[in-house]
Amino acid sequence: MTNSIDNCSSCRSPKSMKVHEVSTQTQTGQIGGQVSLVIDGKTIKVPLGTTILEACRTLNIRIPTLCYHEDLCVAGICRICVVEVEKMHTLQAACSFPVTAPIVVHTHTRKVRHARRHILDLMLSDHYGECYSCSRNGTCELQTLAQEYGVDFYRFGHPSESTHKVDRSSHSVVRDMDKCILCRRCVRTCIDLQEVGVLEAINRGDHTKISTFMDKQLADVVCINCGQCINRCPTAALKANDPTDDVWAAIDDPDKHVVIQTAPSPRAAIGECFDLEPGTPMTWQMNTALRECGFDAVFDTNFTADLTIIEEGTELILRLYKALVQGDQKVAESLPQFTSCSPGWVKYIEHFYPDYLHHVSSAKSPQQMFGALIKTYYAKKRNIDPSKIVSVALMPCSAKKFECNRPEMVDSGYKDIDYGLTTRELAKMIHEAGIDMPKMEKSDFDDPFGTATGSGVIFGASGGVMESALRCVVELVTGEAVENIFENARIEPVRGFEGTKLAELTFDKVGPVPDLLKHLVPNWDWMKGVTLKVGVCHGTANAKKVMDDIIAGGPFSKCHFIEFMACPGGCLGGGGQPIPTSEAIRAARARAIYAEDESSTVRKSHLNPAILDVYHEFLTDGPCGKTAHKLLHTHYIRRGKYIM
Amino acid sequence: MKAMHQGDLTFSSIDPNAGLKRAIQMKRIDIIGEISRSKMRGRGGAGFPTGTKWNLAAAAVAPKKYIVCNADEGEPGTFKDRVILQEFADLVFAGMTIAGKAINALEGIVYLRAEYTYLLSHLEAVLDQRRKAGLLGSSIGGDESFSFDITIRMGSGAYICGEETALIESMEGFRGEPRNRPPYPVDTGFMKHPTVVNNVETFAWAACIIARGADWFNAVGTDKSTGYKLFSISGDVQRPGVYEFPMGIMVSDLLKEVGGSDAKAVQIGGASGHCVPASEFSRTCAFEDMSTGGSVIVFGPLRDMLDIAENFLEFFVEESCGQCTPCRIGNVKLLEGVRMLKEGTCSMTYLKELLSLGETMQLASKCGLGQSSPNAFLSIVRHFKPEIMGRVNL
Repeated sequence: MTNSIDNCSSCRSPKSMKVHEVSTQTQTGQIGGQVSLVIDGKTIKVPLGTTILEACRTLNIRIPTLCYHEDLCVAGICRICVVEVEKMHTLQAACSFPVTAPIVVHTHTRKVRHARRHILDLMLSDHYGECYSCSRNGTCELQTLAQEYGVDFYRFGHPSESTHKVDRSSHSVVRDMDKCILCRRCVRTCIDLQEVGVLEAINRGDHTKISTFMDKQLADVVCINCGQCINRCPTAALKANDPTDDVWAAIDDPDKHVVIQTAPSPRAAIGECFDLEPGTPMTWQMNTALRECGFDAVFDTNFTADLTIIEEGTELILRLYKALVQGDQKVAESLPQFTSCSPGWVKYIEHFYPDYLHHVSSAKSPQQMFGALIKTYYAKKRNIDPSKIVSVALMPCSAKKFECNRPEMVDSGYKDIDYGLTTRELAKMIHEAGIDMPKMEKSDFDDPFGTATGSGVIFGASGGVMESALRCVVELVTGEAVENIFENARIEPVRGFEGTKLAELTFDKVGPVPDLLKHLVPNWDWMKGVTLKVGVCHGTANAKKVMDDIIAGGPFSKCHFIEFMACPGGCLGGGGQPIPTSEAIRAARARAIYAEDESSTVRKSHLNPAILDVYHEFLTDGPCGKTAHKLLHTHYIRRGKYIM
Repeated sequence: MKAMHQGDLTFSSIDPNAGLKRAIQMKRIDIIGEISRSKMRGRGGAGFPTGTKWNLAAAAVAPKKYIVCNADEGEPGTFKDRVILQEFADLVFAGMTIAGKAINALEGIVYLRAEYTYLLSHLEAVLDQRRKAGLLGSSIGGDESFSFDITIRMGSGAYICGEETALIESMEGFRGEPRNRPPYPVDTGFMKHPTVVNNVETFAWAACIIARGADWFNAVGTDKSTGYKLFSISGDVQRPGVYEFPMGIMVSDLLKEVGGSDAKAVQIGGASGHCVPASEFSRTCAFEDMSTGGSVIVFGPLRDMLDIAENFLEFFVEESCGQCTPCRIGNVKLLEGVRMLKEGTCSMTYLKELLSLGETMQLASKCGLGQSSPNAFLSIVRHFKPEIMGRVNL
């Protein structure tokens, strides 16, 4: 069982959306908390409280599911998973029936097959749209089941016209309620996984629909654009706002210089769209495919991830210096410093904890830093008119689409990033261009940004930003190689998928201040003996736990630096990543990301030669200097929960 | 609105607090034993043995337990709980207090349907009097170990909240929607605490049983359906109203009593019950034959059975909570089918599909509402085929 189901008892969903938790100890007459049951003639022993669905899966018996998702509480509402249990007069939903006594189950009797077929027929009778013109054609769970159960006509009819207006108000998420089958996975995702709670069922009977507060459009509610609902929608009722037509138009325009930056997570996942196993890295093949598609230059977002580490790390050092040495109370109150790379998290704190915005690093996210540099530094270096540059960002994220459209993100004098593409959308473009990506030759990124470091790559996994920052801070402060402290530079305490993590590191000795930071601090003596405390969390439900802990004065309030990622697992579990998602899939992507880090020649941001070039040639007043501040830093908006 | 009943009710002849006074002297196990021996089954319609339910809740190990009185009387054609609450509220509260002692619960909650808001001040007044009389609160009847109090929560007008888990969900502040079962409320109920949810009438009878003894109760009725039952009689009869009959009464006898002997059909058990044609009026209102919460709707010779089916299905389309697929969309399809039948455009093949769909709804819906919503349609089609088929659109 996954974490989220274990945590079921504490999450916000009502108990109508939960499965019975059965204690394996207290039941009498069952040795060791085990119970045996017979499924389709096969006997199996399972721990008490195991659901029929879980038992079937261990026997490799396929039970169809729609409202079930292993990341979420068990709702038991679509009823497609019904099975026959002997001695019970009705069929039982396999997903929500915990086995507590020996039972005999039949999974494909006439009654069961009829019921499932009827349920599909009923869903189709209420599902407007044609599969050909649907973005989930080929990946739709309803379509798959219709095929599996041999649906060859619409037994109970099929709507001939749309009854809901498509909500395209959000830069990130498009809601098409004509395609909704009311499985409520999005509701449970939003409320339990993310603790945002934008979506809820309203009305009764056949008027039931998924709605926002007062049925407002998505742009006008507290949606953080994380897109986790998209990743868990079985149909195309929720999808990302897709700019591929505009990107193709830019590519086809000979007047435009179209560049694309690619984040680390899509590379670890895009293979899934080409039938490869999750966790098959595609970095170098994808570079070739992107050039084949017609992009004029392919950059590595990891370059600005490295830059983020320098800027955000410097900001942290400055905050610590002002607080610890200069006794600046106001700055001391802005500790712990919060990361700002995840635009879902940024919008979450803007809505839900606006009084804590001064904790958030002013450093832009890597995507936006790159956007500002491409239309300034790169344009100048290559002598290209920045107005002719179309800057595209390949991201695992739907919130990045919103981020690049934030009105303040125009520091280059132009819209810093023109389009945010998700992993899924790029895969579609590559398919459309007839490119067999896995078979492409490998090729490198384009200069002047070159190949980034392993530190940039691990930004994709929860804990990665913190690990990169620590590698950097340790070396800059102590002058000693991080490998001397952590084997192979793996900082294990901040890795892994636990919802919240704490770690600390004491500086026993300090070295000389490196050239890059000499204008900011005179020496490191004040860091000697200091214990740096850091925290990591992923998924905004966990972010809420951390924020509430800080408010209550708990251990997270003692931290100096906390990494927040809006999505479960970090960016690799982002709302723009291939569907489906599960903890196993996210773990496979994480393995690919850490492997790419270990195979990198340079694994620390401050050693990236291209970064040093940028500070030398362009951001000449150094990290957190005036130019850096103009281009690489930003401010936030106190949005609050109440939107007029 | 004045509630009315026909003839004398047993409730009028019993001192409402006699049972409670006796229960104060009894051991918990003996109270449950008495109820179990009476063989009373739930008066709300589902007919779960009350003694068993109390026993399960009593056996549950928990620091806190609840007694909930289901006063969300929403089944079409049912209005006997209204009469009980108006005229015999003391008896109901005494029954709840007895149940509280039996399972060791300190709190009771009445979930009152929104449409009965006009009863709220009356019920609050009765509760106040009982507190003043030492029949509620701490040290009830001078017994220091016996505390129990009752509060009233208002429903908001959803039929589904009469389903016990939806009722609990609603009391917790959520959308009224049924939970997955198991767990049952006796194990995990209101705020996760073991909870006994009984119908208004069940509590009233429980108080009577403790007052008069199990043998008094199970001497009446049939072997499997003991005691008296209140019936809400409406429709094409001369004397509609609330009646008390022994369980197991034959439909024809009941019709004779209320002046509806020329009926063409009778709906037993409300919208979710069964439609019985005249040829089957020898059937009985008993758990072993036709289980009922007491709603009897009588249809005279001039009634159009398709109008009746349409009316019931309109009700279910409106009142389905919208959670599970078979109930949410299935009822819409059945309603469309009935309208097609009325217009004479429903083929035999499609009608067969609808009957089969009805069976799926009975088998695969999440809760009792969905499982019973096709009953009326299915029984009308079964018993009145010549009447409903072959209509032409005029």
